[in-house]
Amino acid sequence: MLTGHEIRDRIARRETSALEVAKRSIDAVAASEPELRAYLTLTPEYALARAAEIDARIARGEDCGTLAGVPVAIKDLFCTQGVRTTSGSKILANFVPPYSATVVAKLEAAGAVMIGKTNMDEFAMGSSCENSGFHPTRNPWDPSRVPGGSSGGSASTVGARGVPIAVGTDTGGSIREPASFCNIVGVKPTYGRVSRYGMIAFASSLDQAGPMTADVRDAAIVLEAIAGHDPMDSTSVDVPVPHYADALREDLKGVKIGIVREFESSIGGDAAMSALYKEAYASLVRLGAELVEVSLPHAKYGLATYYLIAPAECSSNLARYDGARYGVRVDGDGDVYQMFERTRAAGFGPEVKRRIVLGTYALCSGYYDAYYVRAQKVRTLMKQDFDTAFAACDVIACPAVSCPPFALGAKSDPVAMYLMDYFTIPMSLAGIAAMSVPAGYVDGLPVGLQIAAPAFEEGRMLGVAHAYEQSTRFAWARAPKVGAA
Amino acid sequence: MKNSSTTVTEAEAHDFEPVIGLEVHVELKTKSKMFCGCRNEFGAEPNTWVCPVCLGMPGSLPVINRVAVEYLCKAGFALGCDVAPFSKFDRKNYFYPDMPKNYQISQYDMPLTTGGGITLPSGKRIRLNRIHLEEDTGKNLHAGGAMSGSDYTLIDYNRAGVPLMEIVSEPDISSSDEAEAYLAELKAILSYIGVSDVKMHEGSLRCDANVSVRPRGTTALGTKTEVKNMNSFRSVGRAINREIARQSERLAAGERIVQETRGWDEGKGATYSMRSKEEAHDYRYFPEPDLVPLALEADMLARWRAELPELPDARRKRFAQQFGLSEYDAQVLTAERSDADFYEATAAACDDPKQAANWLMGDVRRALQSAGLTTLAQSPMTAAQLGELIRLVKTGAITGKAGKEVCDLLVAQGGDPKVIVAERGLGAVTDTAEIATMVDQAIAANQKSVDAYKSGKANAFDFIVGQVMKVSRGKANVEIVRALIKERLG
Repeated sequence: MLTGHEIRDRIARRETSALEVAKRSIDAVAASEPELRAYLTLTPEYALARAAEIDARIARGEDCGTLAGVPVAIKDLFCTQGVRTTSGSKILANFVPPYSATVVAKLEAAGAVMIGKTNMDEFAMGSSCENSGFHPTRNPWDPSRVPGGSSGGSASTVGARGVPIAVGTDTGGSIREPASFCNIVGVKPTYGRVSRYGMIAFASSLDQAGPMTADVRDAAIVLEAIAGHDPMDSTSVDVPVPHYADALREDLKGVKIGIVREFESSIGGDAAMSALYKEAYASLVRLGAELVEVSLPHAKYGLATYYLIAPAECSSNLARYDGARYGVRVDGDGDVYQMFERTRAAGFGPEVKRRIVLGTYALCSGYYDAYYVRAQKVRTLMKQDFDTAFAACDVIACPAVSCPPFALGAKSDPVAMYLMDYFTIPMSLAGIAAMSVPAGYVDGLPVGLQIAAPAFEEGRMLGVAHAYEQSTRFAWARAPKVGAA
Repeated sequence: MKNSSTTVTEAEAHDFEPVIGLEVHVELKTKSKMFCGCRNEFGAEPNTWVCPVCLGMPGSLPVINRVAVEYLCKAGFALGCDVAPFSKFDRKNYFYPDMPKNYQISQYDMPLTTGGGITLPSGKRIRLNRIHLEEDTGKNLHAGGAMSGSDYTLIDYNRAGVPLMEIVSEPDISSSDEAEAYLAELKAILSYIGVSDVKMHEGSLRCDANVSVRPRGTTALGTKTEVKNMNSFRSVGRAINREIARQSERLAAGERIVQETRGWDEGKGATYSMRSKEEAHDYRYFPEPDLVPLALEADMLARWRAELPELPDARRKRFAQQFGLSEYDAQVLTAERSDADFYEATAAACDDPKQAANWLMGDVRRALQSAGLTTLAQSPMTAAQLGELIRLVKTGAITGKAGKEVCDLLVAQGGDPKVIVAERGLGAVTDTAEIATMVDQAIAANQKSVDAYKSGKANAFDFIVGQVMKVSRGKANVEIVRALIKERLG
């Protein structure tokens, strides 16, 4: 399977058809799915019908959009009208939304063809996809290992080239970490850049949808397609959406890249990882960039801050799953609260319950000021850290992860799993743009380089990533163990 | 207004004084709901005016209704509040099946308005603490009437997400009469500015009362209870009186008051315990992350303030001054904005404010009752029509008696008074020759009365006038009748 833009161009040149591409994608996914289990719902009939429709429109000479005929996979927390949407939770195992998320509608308007809904950690809470309420997903580079999470299914299927493009969501690293683990490009846009309407909420002030793609150009095309103000989402920001592909560069002359002092000392303990990132920074210099050291003094509080704010918001966001209106219901013995309790006890997995309890506690009167309010203050300090850093550099380059993909079951301690987001959480808390781009291998397993940019400077960020990708060519490597096409 | 439900003895009532604060929820009369585009209207088929947002479906997000903010700010200006140029929404978290998200979007520590107050007709000022904006819940319909013991519960979410403002008073109210006066004044103001239907029986105005008592003459507040479930202003008064009596009896007996929420049972005329402070929710308020804070520009606020109509109190004073009405008449005529508008238009049409007031409070009101109508707005009669009728009576074109008949017809059906008079032959007889004939006949037929008048009995004169009127079936111009009789009898 080619990249999204290559497929689009070939269809446009009538070298292949959307239907042919859809069939190949469906076949590739079917071939790898027994091993990877990247999907919760496959929609082959829908995809074939959609592809035929696109072909018919192309035959009539219509402009079908920037993703015309390109197969895409959708993380299962984006509502899809008429197609089951679970957010990876048993509590929504039977939920079929009567509406589509704005991101889904925009992808469709751009001509994309949905192949299926991808697996994820339940309600996006996790970094390995093992917290899925249904089944884990595996890494195409080594199926004994996790694909990362929470957008693990999307990363796995793009890594295996079942589809060239998927969308995921990132709350504390849920796009960037799995992108790193599966050797793909993953972009977490600025908070407010992409509408959250129809995206099942985990932590409202952090959740952001973004592309997970075969290469940087695809990410630029997808971001342009899904970004922009949405009257249905008050937190989406009304700033113009640039033509991101214009920002893609071939060299980095005149670009100042910040290297985060605190992160370097943190990764320094792991010789292989440290060496990989040193080489990545050297590549940036070879492309003409100037490296400057910057400091994020409050980044060390990122995890603690995140694990107050995100659970607090989720404890409230997930209150609606009570069995009364939709989703799975377990009846009570004639008592509505018993019904609520039984439904939630049966429907939620252990990690979701853990975070609901954490968040409920943090919001209790008497603790609220000490926890939630304090965490919000630290969040402000973290934003100021980035403001200071970006005064001295154009973008920041830093680790996306602290290790290559790990084996299923290796991180049974919740805190060990939380630590996976150490390098990604500060950008989430600050609400700025960040992405992961393939940066090489440790023990034959993929690792990503994180590039972060000021709010709404996705173009600048994608430009740097593109130059790096084109010169290093790590993104071209295919998963050796799984996947065909 | 004296309420009968009180059982407190005079001695007890004398020993304790009540301290009362009211929390009033008012639904705003916007076209659409608070956070979505669904219609906001009372009385539709259950669960027809709902959407993913007001049903709290996964992934749905709220968007603030600008008109609801405008209405609340206008209420704030009308009530003399400080309107905050910067406020925010918060989530109030608790589980209840009529609340689709299991949290309510409300305002916690930065309400849209603070301060303000209402001056009662007695002159007493009841201060307001705050007014905040929130969304209404759905409605539970329990089979059998109560949640416990019912086989099942149906939920209607049409009301879920309707814009609601909560008006919180300071504990400045010291009797049930004051509470009812406060509610009446609040209702008048809100209906004047057109932001709500303020119908308690339809639930567009709901009132909870915080009641405590303390030994008379002391200043420390006693333990309060919150009384809920009253369905009319009168039941608010009754519930308050009952709660004052209950608390006073307890304290007099040396018992303590438990801080709790109590329900009002209209049938039994008693309050009952719903939940104690220990069972009270910890609402875990935190800022609503799905909405950005609300920043209101100064020129917009100034425009909203300028758009306010004349308020009941000001209009009452103006009516008394400008039209020379009594305080009572002015109060009655200004209670509803539409009535006051009607009155002013009528006064202008007939150019006689006094007569306009007399007709509206007398014959028109009576005619409304006999037509089975409760408000002037239900009648098809226009102010111009009523004004014309008053003019006809004033100029003697029709008699007062005929005027009443025309009034009844106007109130029931509307129409041009002149046409009604012509069609029904109700015009006054003003032809002197015609009246002279009737007068001569009456004098001839009532010689006894003529003699009595001549011997100095003044009421005999009136009898003869009455006889003439009778013959004319009330249509003879009475002034002409009197003049002619006087002329004849010298």
